[in-house]
Amino acid sequence: MNSSPEPALQVHNLGVTFRDASGVVHALHDLSFSLPPNGFVSLIGPSGSGKSTLLKVVAGLVPPTHGSVRFSPDHSKIGMVFQKANLMPWRRVIDNISLPLELKGLPREDIHAQAQELIRLVGLEGFENAYPRDLSGGMAQRVAIARSLMQDPDILLLDEPFGALDALTRERMGDELLYIWQARRKTVLLVTHSIPEAIYLSDQVLALSSRPGSIVLDLPVHLPRPRTPEMRYSEIFSELTHTLRDTLHEDNGLVQ
Amino acid sequence: MRNESEKNDLTQPTSVIKRLRYLVMSLAMGIFFWQLLTLVLDLPAFILPGPGLVWRRFLQSLTDGQLYQHTLVTLYEILAGLFIGGLAATSLGYLLAKSSTLEKLLSPYLVASQSMPVVAIAPLLVIWFGPGMLSKIIICSLTVFFPILINTLIGLREVPQDLRNLMRTLEANPFQTFWKLEVPAALPVYLGGLRVGATLAVIGAVVGELVGADRGLGFLINVGRGQYDTALVFVALFTLIITAMALYGLVLFIETRLLSWQYWRQGKR
Repeated sequence: MNSSPEPALQVHNLGVTFRDASGVVHALHDLSFSLPPNGFVSLIGPSGSGKSTLLKVVAGLVPPTHGSVRFSPDHSKIGMVFQKANLMPWRRVIDNISLPLELKGLPREDIHAQAQELIRLVGLEGFENAYPRDLSGGMAQRVAIARSLMQDPDILLLDEPFGALDALTRERMGDELLYIWQARRKTVLLVTHSIPEAIYLSDQVLALSSRPGSIVLDLPVHLPRPRTPEMRYSEIFSELTHTLRDTLHEDNGLVQ
Repeated sequence: MRNESEKNDLTQPTSVIKRLRYLVMSLAMGIFFWQLLTLVLDLPAFILPGPGLVWRRFLQSLTDGQLYQHTLVTLYEILAGLFIGGLAATSLGYLLAKSSTLEKLLSPYLVASQSMPVVAIAPLLVIWFGPGMLSKIIICSLTVFFPILINTLIGLREVPQDLRNLMRTLEANPFQTFWKLEVPAALPVYLGGLRVGATLAVIGAVVGELVGADRGLGFLINVGRGQYDTALVFVALFTLIITAMALYGLVLFIETRLLSWQYWRQGKR
């Protein structure tokens, strides 16, 4: 982990318990980590390890049962991208992207100028007036990313944003995400269940155990930036992949 | 929700002309067979009047102002019923969607009210509220109430939870969530309810008028029947059909306007 002065986000002894149809669920247990400012951190874990729950707690959508989530004063604005693009089907691309600032009551011309800039950033020129129905999965997810950047968030929370995409599109979107991250300098917390994706994109990968989720491995990724697709074949990359895979399998074995 | 008319097949001038041509052809065909039927069967005019006779009766009732006056009464009852019933149903539907406790408390009454056809209590309502327009407006309101209520409820319930979460992370206030999420998301289902309601409102008004009225198209039907003026019955019936179709078309038009994002894609495929 970087030795930065103050973390953008500190999660301390977090525990989440909730009730569903099958009874009491311990989703997260005694979980602590911090996000360095402008860092790219990934959370990886088996299905049902509470990754999404953790992200929802950070986003303020689910209250923590124990522990705390603390943001540094200059990292309080959050942007979130969901697993599905989650666009409003009745809004055109540009109006979907404009939504966050529209809710803040900014003048329309300013909003559209900014939205236009983000459309360029995510490579969607010419699709400003398209409806979500006419977008491919990758394009829709780009709109969602542009929308999350619209309020110029300090921290970007990504909940398996490429989970629904095919492998090739997924890798390309990863590169685009890195490009955006470098252009805009955000603190990113990415939830994923793809080991190579986590390593390729992140400075640091946190592996979660199965339910109740807690951190079993905190793995720094010392690959140089900017990342290039060739790095996927490097020695370090495969070593990191092994370490992560072993950890996740081991944990699964212990539980079963 | 901007103007998309140039991409919407339904509103393109060429397609409108094409549709109109088919409408005229199908009407001409219908009138031809009707005329044929009266000639072949040679029935007395009080059983089956021919199209010519009905047309003359139509012109006559139009010039003496009778038709106009009664149509206006029925239309007024329909629109007032639709408005009052719709407003009540929409408000209650919204409250029920927001509170499942309230829904559980009220749903037995709502279901029970539906098992009793409004037609059956129409005589009672006429006794209580008189033969004037008020009793018909109440009957109309009651008929349109349930479909609009249900569709408001379903429309709001089906607003995706992920979009609600999105609005929360964007710190939208309840008013913004209502206007920018709930209203547009529920609108397709809601307007479907309104379309059913518009059709039912016509039925409600006519049933009320047939049971007991001193005005309206249903009253006109009763008058024609009483005087063996069958042509007048036909005139009133046709006027009713046109009124109902116009109303349905109006709601459909509102739908294509407000839901252009949906119709646009259908037109394209």
